[in-house]
Amino acid sequence: MPSLGSEMESGTLVEWKIKPGDVVRRGDIVAAVETEKGIIDIESFEAGTIERLAVEPGMRVAVDTPLAWFVGAVAEAATAAVATAPVAAPAAPAPAPAVPRAAAGGGAPRRRISPAARAHAAQLGVDLDAVQGSGPAGTVTLQDVEAHARAGARVAAPAAPAPAAPSAAGRSAAMRQVIAAAMSRSKREIPHYYLQAALDFTPARDWLEAYNAARPVPERLLPAVLLIKAVARAAAEQPGFNGYYAEGRFQPSTAVHAGVAIAVRGGGLVAPAITEADRLTLAALMQALTGLVGRVRTGRMRSSEFGSATITVNSLGEEGIDLLYPIIQPPQVAIVGFGSVLERAWVVDGRVVPRAVLNVTLAADHRVTDGRDGARFLARVLRHLAAPAEL
Amino acid sequence: MSAAPAAPTTREHALELLGAMLRIRAFEDRCAQLYTEQKIRGFLHLYNGEEAIAVGVLGALGPADAIVATYREHGHALARGVPMGPLMAEMYGKRTGCSGGRGGSMHVFDVGRRLYGGNAIVGGGLPIAVGLALAEQYAARPGLAACFFGEGAVAEGEFHESLNLAALWKLPVLFVCENNRYAMGTALERSEAVTDIHAKAAAYGIRAAAVDGMDVLAVEAAARAEVAAIRDGAGPGFLECRTYRLRAHSMFDAQLYRDKAEVEAWRQRGPLIRFTTSCKATGLISEEDFQRLERAASEEVEAAVRFAEASEWEPVADLARHVYAERAP
Amino acid sequence: MSAAAAGAARLSYREALREGIRAALQADPRVFLMGEDIGRYGGCYAVTKGLLAEFGEQRIRDTPLSESAFVGAGIGAALGGLRPVVEIMTVNFSLLALDQIVNNAATLCHMSGGQCPVPLVIRMATGAGRQVAAQHSHSLEGWYAHIPGLRIVAPATIDDARWMLGAALACPDPVLIFEHVGLLNTEGEMRADGADLDHAAIRRPGRDLSLITYGGSLPKCLEAATRLAGEGVEPEVIDLRTLRPLDDALIFESVRRTHRALIVDEGWRSGGISAEIGLRIAEQAFYELDAPIARVCTAEVPIPYPKHLEDAALPGVEGIVEAARGLVARGG
Repeated sequence: MPSLGSEMESGTLVEWKIKPGDVVRRGDIVAAVETEKGIIDIESFEAGTIERLAVEPGMRVAVDTPLAWFVGAVAEAATAAVATAPVAAPAAPAPAPAVPRAAAGGGAPRRRISPAARAHAAQLGVDLDAVQGSGPAGTVTLQDVEAHARAGARVAAPAAPAPAAPSAAGRSAAMRQVIAAAMSRSKREIPHYYLQAALDFTPARDWLEAYNAARPVPERLLPAVLLIKAVARAAAEQPGFNGYYAEGRFQPSTAVHAGVAIAVRGGGLVAPAITEADRLTLAALMQALTGLVGRVRTGRMRSSEFGSATITVNSLGEEGIDLLYPIIQPPQVAIVGFGSVLERAWVVDGRVVPRAVLNVTLAADHRVTDGRDGARFLARVLRHLAAPAEL
Repeated sequence: MSAAPAAPTTREHALELLGAMLRIRAFEDRCAQLYTEQKIRGFLHLYNGEEAIAVGVLGALGPADAIVATYREHGHALARGVPMGPLMAEMYGKRTGCSGGRGGSMHVFDVGRRLYGGNAIVGGGLPIAVGLALAEQYAARPGLAACFFGEGAVAEGEFHESLNLAALWKLPVLFVCENNRYAMGTALERSEAVTDIHAKAAAYGIRAAAVDGMDVLAVEAAARAEVAAIRDGAGPGFLECRTYRLRAHSMFDAQLYRDKAEVEAWRQRGPLIRFTTSCKATGLISEEDFQRLERAASEEVEAAVRFAEASEWEPVADLARHVYAERAP
Repeated sequence: MSAAAAGAARLSYREALREGIRAALQADPRVFLMGEDIGRYGGCYAVTKGLLAEFGEQRIRDTPLSESAFVGAGIGAALGGLRPVVEIMTVNFSLLALDQIVNNAATLCHMSGGQCPVPLVIRMATGAGRQVAAQHSHSLEGWYAHIPGLRIVAPATIDDARWMLGAALACPDPVLIFEHVGLLNTEGEMRADGADLDHAAIRRPGRDLSLITYGGSLPKCLEAATRLAGEGVEPEVIDLRTLRPLDDALIFESVRRTHRALIVDEGWRSGGISAEIGLRIAEQAFYELDAPIARVCTAEVPIPYPKHLEDAALPGVEGIVEAARGLVARGG
């Protein structure tokens, strides 16, 4: 059965014009076939003697089905059952069973939250249920999320139960790998330069003690808050230390998201970001920090909390180490490390006196800034720490 | 009908004309078979019966002339010198086809031979031919544009617009109407109030003649005369070549619109039988010559099929190539 | 007179178009014009006035009323090595040449395996606003922008009116240039000395929403932007300049900053180019959006004759301002 058109799938043999034993030449009309378009004469493209007819008048067969065999045609093909298979008309599609309508849903209408607001809330760790929407029809917008974060509202625990956590050991090993990769990359790709300065931290420490004494425990500040704020302010004031190095060039960030290095129980360090740290009050910064630390300790960090820091602060706190040589977290371009506050000899008015001394180390990307820039940046940090009341 | 009798010709020329027509016939018949085997897909429009027109007219053109044809253009492509291998590969849709496999049976392009399609819209090629002729005139070049179309195109607005523009601007266009009496399934008498086609061209002030399209020598003589006149700056010319389509409009056509007896009668008057008979009668060629030419044509076709079968498909990754030009023309 | 010689030349959009045509004719002998009433009549919109006297009948050809034939002839002439500029009097009449434009100009290059690029330029007047009723008021740029193989541009400024034609002639692909009738009398200074066909342009930088438009709607959007600025809303106005290809990069970069998109299109809403732009933003800048994508289009009616109905049907400054306000609204 020949194909006579791309939409032809089968044809019905109407009449044979030949019989077994006839000699057929190329071009001879051998049969009439009925198609949707009418009856069409079929010609032979081969010459030879007809051995047998394979299809009878009235039979409908698919395109490509042999209709007749010449003497000498390949034997095994002749045994194929295909020649005698009639084709059933394609069945009309069975009517679909009636599907019962879904019951009208009850319950509260779905909240309207813009995609940008959702993405930003995830980044900040803001619980959207707690955010008031001020857009049309109560839509929660970007502005609403930002306002909420800035107001320092208490971060709620995630509503959904955490999925079954992998074992602590498993998590730790995985984290080690991630840290290893990042640190290797940093050392490989970023040309670090280091500057270090020592600061008489006594005024700041005294200020902090007075501040905390006047407040109940939940409102007290940790020294780390001063360090973070000082670095964030300096980063906002001086370009070159806040942003990312990517695609072969420095891409500064207008916002300062300070990554804070936090130790993870079981080993390893993470540095999630406090958004717009330069703009938060010390109290708000403290709350954000508390929240971050709490989530790190309970293993409830969200992946969106990583990767958004534009500069990192690493403080060794009470470990008793003078100096820290930090490693930049790619793709950032700077990191500030703080040693422990230790009683050390200091010179005041020509005399040696004991002071609370803090060593501040800046590691920066030499592709973006150089020593002079770094020196000025570090000087800013020190200046801010020397005037904690203005932080 | 044109009054001038077919001029006597030499044996060499007779063999040339017969061979050319046999090549086309062999190619078209093989395509019919390949189509039933689903090697050629889509639409296939075969030229059987009309070979004298392509061979006669194209023989009168030069390499600098441009040609626009319809979807029934395999004969024109072969007569223009498009090699049979790439032409068959184009039927298959292979990347070695003359249009890169992109067009298939209806869109044969060979710009190196100034063949601009292969056009599937009835009447759609006429304005393009007018433009190609305009370029020749504008650039003061001696070429002309030959435009082939069926009598069905005469009903389209573009026919009238194009003839008028060509006459108005005296453009070097040779309009060749292949009047095979049926536009798909509609007979000429059922679609045109005036069926004398060349009279319509004359109404636009174009030199027009009707020619026996089954007589390759008559077509050739008429074409040569027109080509000379056009190159001389006499403006466009029009040849109505009266012929008959021995096969259906396309493969999937039950031919409900015409009598089998009519087709059979015309088969006896077809260009191959006609020319062979007359050449044998005058002793110009022999039966051996005919067999030899037929065999050569058949072998050439088989080689072309082998070429097409062995050729590769264009990679799907190249699908978006040539939507826009890759280089300035 | 070049812009440099005159200081910053001040001229009308119509004059800028004419200057572009004149420069093209002077620069390349293969360039010629074909169209209805472009010669003796001086052009339906007087764009080609004086050119017949300056360049002669070979190069400024008045055609019969045969859109299909002369557009097809343009295609043939381009294939034959010339650089025709075909003028279809208005986009409304281009429908008679659709077969040549869509089946030939757009298709020949791909269908021939790259053998037949068609370096043809077609210029058309487009748009509504002159009370010329339904058959003379179409904006079909979006329809044509649907067809692969074509390039669609809409000059909306004096600079683009002057320079886009030259860029189109240098392009090996068929380029359709849409000249909005409402812009013909606008005046301005010519500042550029060239134009590309690939990029959109920010005509007014902003912050609160991306106001995306093209062609005759650009002045309306700029006026709306001035009004909105007075209310403390700063739209960023983007002139698309090219509808095929669309400058995705610029559109998304703007939406990333403003988080809101308002598309203004004189075509009808359903299935128009506004739908294409909006969906691309939804596909590729979804997470940047702070509000649903909005659009102001022509009402889904054939354009009526009386002024008050025509004005109600077309995008207007007031409607654009309202839509923008809705995007930035708080509460409710």
